[in-house]
Order: sequence, then structure tokens, then C-alpha cells
Amino acid sequence: MGLISDNYGRGLRVLALATIATLAAALSLVFFYAPLDADQGFIQKIFYLHVPLAIMALCGFVLGGLLAVAHLRTGDRKWDMRSYVAIHMALIFGVGGLITGSIWAKASWGHWWVWEDPTLVSFLIVMLLFATYQPLRFSIEDPERQARYASVFAVVGGAFVPMNFIVVRLAQGFVHPRVLTLTGGNLPGSMRLTFTVSLTGIALLYATLCRLELSAKSSRIQLRRLRREVLGEAAGFARRSAAPS
Amino acid sequence: MSAILAVAPALPLHKAGPYVAAAYIVFVVLLLVYLGIMGRRTSRTERELSALRRELERRRVESDSEREQEPVL
Repeated sequence: MGLISDNYGRGLRVLALATIATLAAALSLVFFYAPLDADQGFIQKIFYLHVPLAIMALCGFVLGGLLAVAHLRTGDRKWDMRSYVAIHMALIFGVGGLITGSIWAKASWGHWWVWEDPTLVSFLIVMLLFATYQPLRFSIEDPERQARYASVFAVVGGAFVPMNFIVVRLAQGFVHPRVLTLTGGNLPGSMRLTFTVSLTGIALLYATLCRLELSAKSSRIQLRRLRREVLGEAAGFARRSAAPS
Repeated sequence: MSAILAVAPALPLHKAGPYVAAAYIVFVVLLLVYLGIMGRRTSRTERELSALRRELERRRVESDSEREQEPVL
């Protein structure tokens, strides 16, 4: 069923401009408005990049799971493609979160990685879990079966993320700072505003890149179909791919 | 630029600066690499699309010339 039923490129320019404006505002707030942290000083500026990247990565995995539910319910493969792109993008944001977090850990704790911290280790587990998503897809040749198996994986993985988050929150011994809580946390107003703008910017970036990738994939699929119609079956032959085809 | 630097707070760049710069550079590099890959894919799609357009044009010209060569009864 319709992988190319939507015009993913529509509104992409507006979304991209909104992303650029928000990220520019976020960077200005980070370096010219937000005060220096009393404890960590200038190094805390990484917080405004690292935390939004990690949050968006985790939200992306959950979103991938929800879109996979839509695929399993309807059988429409456009949901599989959306789920694939959401997870693919979340992995990229997750890598960004891991690297920036590691740099922050080195500057703050003196180590690139701390195995005793449940937040770090649980994030790594989630990343490693979803790192197997693409090899799983690639290992299945039949597109229908590939989409179905990948959706089941995405649903289970997506459900694992909030569960994992709650377990880590309940953990007693941790060295990772807790600044965002349901009761308001301990961020002062200026830092909270800066963080909110940064998070919005990264969320918009995630949405823009997802739309861009969906648009590119949709164009490739349309082109392949056109080639098949014009030049015959062999011309439209798709190689085995982890991406929906 | 000098006006921006004039209003910028005095930052302890000597110690934490390289780490903060590294984190933000990693983000920019990741973004640029991704956009580069997407750009390469888009240009490949454009190339294939123009090849397909050329092929269609060639077929149209061929069928036109065949039609012209057919004897009129």
C-alpha cells in the first residue's frame, strides 16, 4: 500500500526556517543570556545541547514505536516508512547525545564514561538495542515481512524506553545530576527559558530532518516505480535494503 | 562582531572552552555529514530522473520517425 501517498516536501521550507531561527535564538540565549552555573561554570553550557539531543532521541524511539503500531493496525506501509525514519533519526540524535555527554563527563568528572551511573548505562543499552533495528531489517528480503518484523521490534523497543526511564529514575545511587523533575526541578528562570528554547530548536530540527528524509525516500520510490513502468521490470529492481522500498 | 563580543560576558574559556567548543562542533559536524549524505542522494535522484527523461525523449523521437516512414494508403 501507499508508501508515497503523502507530499512530505510540503511545508519543509517553513519548517526549516523555523528550525534555523529557533536554533539561532537558542545559541544566543546559551552564550549571551543564561548565567554561568554556580557549581560547574562554563562547562554547563553543554547541558543545553546534550540534554535536548538525548530527550529527542528517546522521544524518537517512542514515536517510532507508536508509528509502528499504526502500521501493524492498518497494514499501510507508509507508517512503516515513518517509523523507520523516526528511529533512524533518533539514532543519529542519540549518537550526538552520547558524544556530547561523554565530552561533558570528561570535563566535569574527569572520565569519558562512568559505568556506575545508571542514566549513562541505560541510555547506552537503549542505543545498542535500536542499533540492531537496521541489521534486522536488512536481514529480511521480503519487504512485507521486513516491515512487519521491524514494526514488532519498534513497538517492543518503544515500550522499553519509558520503562527504562522510570527504572533509572527510581534508582538510588547515581552521579548524574537531576535538574528536570515533575515538581519543577532546580533550574532558575533564565536557565529554564534557555533550555526550553534549545529543546524546541532540537525538536524542530528532528521534525525537519524527518520530513527531509521522508521526502527524499518518497522521491526515490516514485522514481523507481516510474523506471519500472517506462523501462521494464529490471530497471526498477530494488536491491536489498534496510530502508522500506 | 566586535559589538557582540563587547556585550558577551567574560567566560573562563581557557579551561572549559575547548570542551564546550568540542561538544558544539560535534553537533555541527554530525549535522553537516547528514546533510552532505542527503545532498549526494538527492543529486543521484536528479541524475537518474534526467536519464529517464532523456530515454523517454529518445523513444518519442523514434516513434515519431517510425510513424513518418509508414506508407500512407
